[in-house]
This record gives sequence, structure tokens and C-alpha cells, in this order.
Amino acid sequence: MEPTALDIRNLRVYYGDFLAIKDVNLSIPRHQITAIIGPSGVGKSTLLRALNRMNELVPGCRTEGEILFDGMNIYDPRVDPVEVRRRIGMVFQKPNPFPKSIYENIAWGLRINGFRGNRAQMDEVVEQALRAAALWDEVKDKLHQSGLSLSGGQQQRLCLARVIALQPEVILLDEPASALDPIATLKIEELMRELKKDYTIVIVTHNMQQAARVSDYTAMMMLTGEGERSGTVIEFDRTKIIFTNPRDKRTEDYVTGRFG
Amino acid sequence: MTANHLLRTMTEYGVLFQPNLDRRKALGRVWEGVALLAILLGIAVLLTLLVRVFLDGLPYLRPQLFTEFPSRFPDKAGLRSALQGSIWLMVLTALLSFPLGVGAGIYLEEFAPKNALTRFIEINVANLAGVPSIIYGLLGLGLFVRGLGLGRSLLAGVLTMTLVILPVIIVSTREALRAVPASIREAALALGASRWEMVRDHVLVYGIGGILTGMILALSRAIGETAPLITIGALTYIAFDLRGPLDIFTVLPIQIFNWVSMPQAAFQRLAAAGIIVLLVVLLSMNALAIWLRNRLQQRW
Repeated sequence: MEPTALDIRNLRVYYGDFLAIKDVNLSIPRHQITAIIGPSGVGKSTLLRALNRMNELVPGCRTEGEILFDGMNIYDPRVDPVEVRRRIGMVFQKPNPFPKSIYENIAWGLRINGFRGNRAQMDEVVEQALRAAALWDEVKDKLHQSGLSLSGGQQQRLCLARVIALQPEVILLDEPASALDPIATLKIEELMRELKKDYTIVIVTHNMQQAARVSDYTAMMMLTGEGERSGTVIEFDRTKIIFTNPRDKRTEDYVTGRFG
Repeated sequence: MTANHLLRTMTEYGVLFQPNLDRRKALGRVWEGVALLAILLGIAVLLTLLVRVFLDGLPYLRPQLFTEFPSRFPDKAGLRSALQGSIWLMVLTALLSFPLGVGAGIYLEEFAPKNALTRFIEINVANLAGVPSIIYGLLGLGLFVRGLGLGRSLLAGVLTMTLVILPVIIVSTREALRAVPASIREAALALGASRWEMVRDHVLVYGIGGILTGMILALSRAIGETAPLITIGALTYIAFDLRGPLDIFTVLPIQIFNWVSMPQAAFQRLAAAGIIVLLVVLLSMNALAIWLRNRLQQRW
């Protein structure tokens, strides 16, 4: 097993009194792609958003347990969520570029995070981020057009470029291809394989084939507990094992399409 | 239950559809007619009013109207001091109410903790927007004219008018900010932005069209308001240029009110000319608001 990027220990997330996910213990391996799969409403996105403290933007949301990142619990009161989010970037389900220019979409994150380069250096970083997101060739002649003028797939790669530019250590992807057509989806998947050399990637997906295609590890979530209302990770292993020889019967039923 | 089964049941019970299309369409036409009548009635009344005002006022819509001070003689009377008062009142009220109202709106919408106190404030702000303006006049009289000793000055009028339109600006600012989708806020925060950076560079920028529109509509309410200013003592005869914010003042609607209450017919016509000026100012402000909204509004 590879070294660990994020070590999740006894994680519980509440929305008000409702325990959404409980007792998740998971070690996300470094520079690998980890997929989180499971039926709708099981808390996959909640788990993902716990990893960069995005959940706390939801009123009434409470998190217990620890997530160790670089030897530090990101939920430690001394840790600033703003710093966590720069180092653990996120791409959302629906592409959400800013209604600003393509260039500015990337430059803004750099600027607020204290990028100290001159104009030429900024241009350089923007170009490299767009290249890393396999978008440069398509947009290099229209960097000052609105990010909203791009197609859905391009917008999603712009959002990825925006994250890459900040040099995060981990990239979280919340069903990044669910709003895209198959060709755009394929591009995103190719990109993920490329990016895992430099980044740890965690992806939530509804699409089992996608999980099987791109991920190295897979975490299977199910509802458990009293009345089966709280989600948890019931099995975590190499993707190959999850899809061919899972230990848990429920995982087998789910990945073979018997329910879910 | 299969579709076949359903069909059999309905046939058995003789429950056949009776489309009655003619009757349904006729009913639709009747209501269409009623709605048309309603709008025609409104337009007819408005047109009559406008035509009357224009017929009465046009002869007096001449340069002297803007260059002369009020006078006992209709031919020498103008609304110079009232126009000055209105413009200054509007500019100063805008300067004061914009930062206060937009700031309060930003705080309530983006920063305030969602607790009982915030809700209490929110409900009160919304209610204040509906309080009759004369109440603000009484408050201004007690607080600014007498309490702070500002007298019947322009400044007292500005402060009172600021109170009148603040709730409107706060409410419309909040609505403009709320129209910025959560996904954009999340995008900014997920890039490691602080809350203020997100508001400053995104929420505020994309919401500015709505904020400015609300601001202008609030100001156009302010320019037509009469009651609170009469209450604080702006009902005066002023035959000199405004020298500063502590000077006494009057405004267009009060000047019009003054002329209307005169017995001579010529003053009625002068009042009509004043109404035309006020209408033009109001309509251009509303046009500006619409233009700004179309230009700056961010579509999602």
C-alpha cells in the first residue's frame, strides 16, 4: 500500500440532529485515484466535502473525528479552513467557472493566495495550468473571453485548471463528468490519469464503469445503523478487487448492478 | 393496473371524456377581455392625467421656469430653488444611503450569523420599508431638527430621507446578492478565498446591477416624497441659491404643492409645468435603472 495522503479517523458528519455519515475510517493513498461509490443519498458528497471543510458552509452541519493531512488534523481549531482549501482543491458536479475571462478565472485564485509574480510570470502560470488541464490548445487565442462562453466539458477543465494553478496536494472531484457528454467525460478521465502523477485524487462517481476505468482504489458506501439512515464506508480496497472479488455481499450486489 | 384495464373500467362505467372545448375556450376569451379592460382603464386614466398636465403646463415650460425663484407674480415665478433643493437632496442622500444601505445588506446577507437576533433585525428592516414616510418625518423632526439642533436645514432633510429609503436599499441589496448562485460562492471558497474576498470579487461584482437598480428606484422614491420634508419644515419660501448643507431648503414636490394651493389659475398652470419637470426627472431615473439592469445584470 502507498503512503497515505489523508487519514480519516472516526469521521461523523451531522446535519442538525441527523447523522449523515458515521464512523468512516479510511486512508486515502497518495498519488492514486480513489473513487467513492454507492447508492444515491448515502453521503458520498458529504464525505468528499468533509475532506476540505466545505461542509461547514452548510448551516447546522457539524463534523466529529479527525482527518490527518500532512501530520495535522485539518479539524484542529488552530487550522484555518481557508488554508486547507487551497491545499485540498475541489471541482464540483456542475461546472462553475466565474463569469470572468478564462485568464481571470485562473489568475484570481493565484492573486488572492498571494502570488508574487509579475505579469509575465502570471501569464506563464496560467498557460501551464491550462496545459495541465488539456485546455490550452482550445483556448489560447481567446484567453480574454468569458469562461461561460466555453462548452460544458471545457468549462469543467477550466475549473480543474483553476485548481491545479494553486498547486494543491489533493484534488477532490464531485461527480465531475455527470453533466458532460461521453467524449468530454473521456477527456476528463484521461486527464485524471495524467494528473495522478503529481496529485492525490479523490472522485465521487455514480458511474460504476467510470470508477472501474479510472480509479486505483475504491471506497464503497452504504446506509447502515438504526433504520439504515446513516452512510458509512463498508469496504475499501484496490478497485480491481472491489469489482471482481469484493468481501462484502452488498458491494458485490451493487457493483454487479443487482441494486442501487 | 394496466392501461387496458383502466380503459375497460372507464367504458364500463360510461365515464367518457367530454372535452367541451368550445365552452372552455369561450371562458378563456371572457377572462382575456376582463383583463384587457382592466389595463385599458388604467391606461385611460393615466393618459387623461398626462394630457391635462401637459396642456396646462406646456406654456410655462420655458427657461424662466428654471432660472427664476418663486414669486408672487406667476409670470416671474420659477422653481430654481426647489430644483436645486431636490438635486442636492438626492445627491447627498445617495452618498449617505449607498454605503450604509449596501453595507448593511452585505452584512445581513453574507456575514451575519443565522440566529434569532439576525432574524429579528431582518424582519424589522423589511417592516420599516412599509412604514408611512410621515412617521420618518416626525422622527426626523424630533431627532435631527430638534435633538441634533440641525434646524430646518438641508442636512436634516438628507438624514430624514436617508432613513426613509435605507430599508428599501437594504432589502434590494440583499435580493441582488441572493441572486448570485451558491455554486459561485463555493467555487471561490474552495480556491482558498476568505469570505470577504469572495464577496468583494464575486458576489458584489455580479450583484452590482441589481444593487444599483434598487438604489435608483429608492432615490426616485426619495425625490417624489413630500410628507417627511413638510414635517421637518421644508415648506418655505426660498428666494436665494442654496449655499450649503446647513441652509434651509425646499424641493420640487413641495413647490408644486405650494403653487397648487394658490387661488390664481396661472399658478395652477405653473404647478402643471412643475409636475412635468418632476415626471421627466423620475422617468429618466427609472430609465437609467432599467438600462443599468440590462447592462450589468449577470445571467446564469
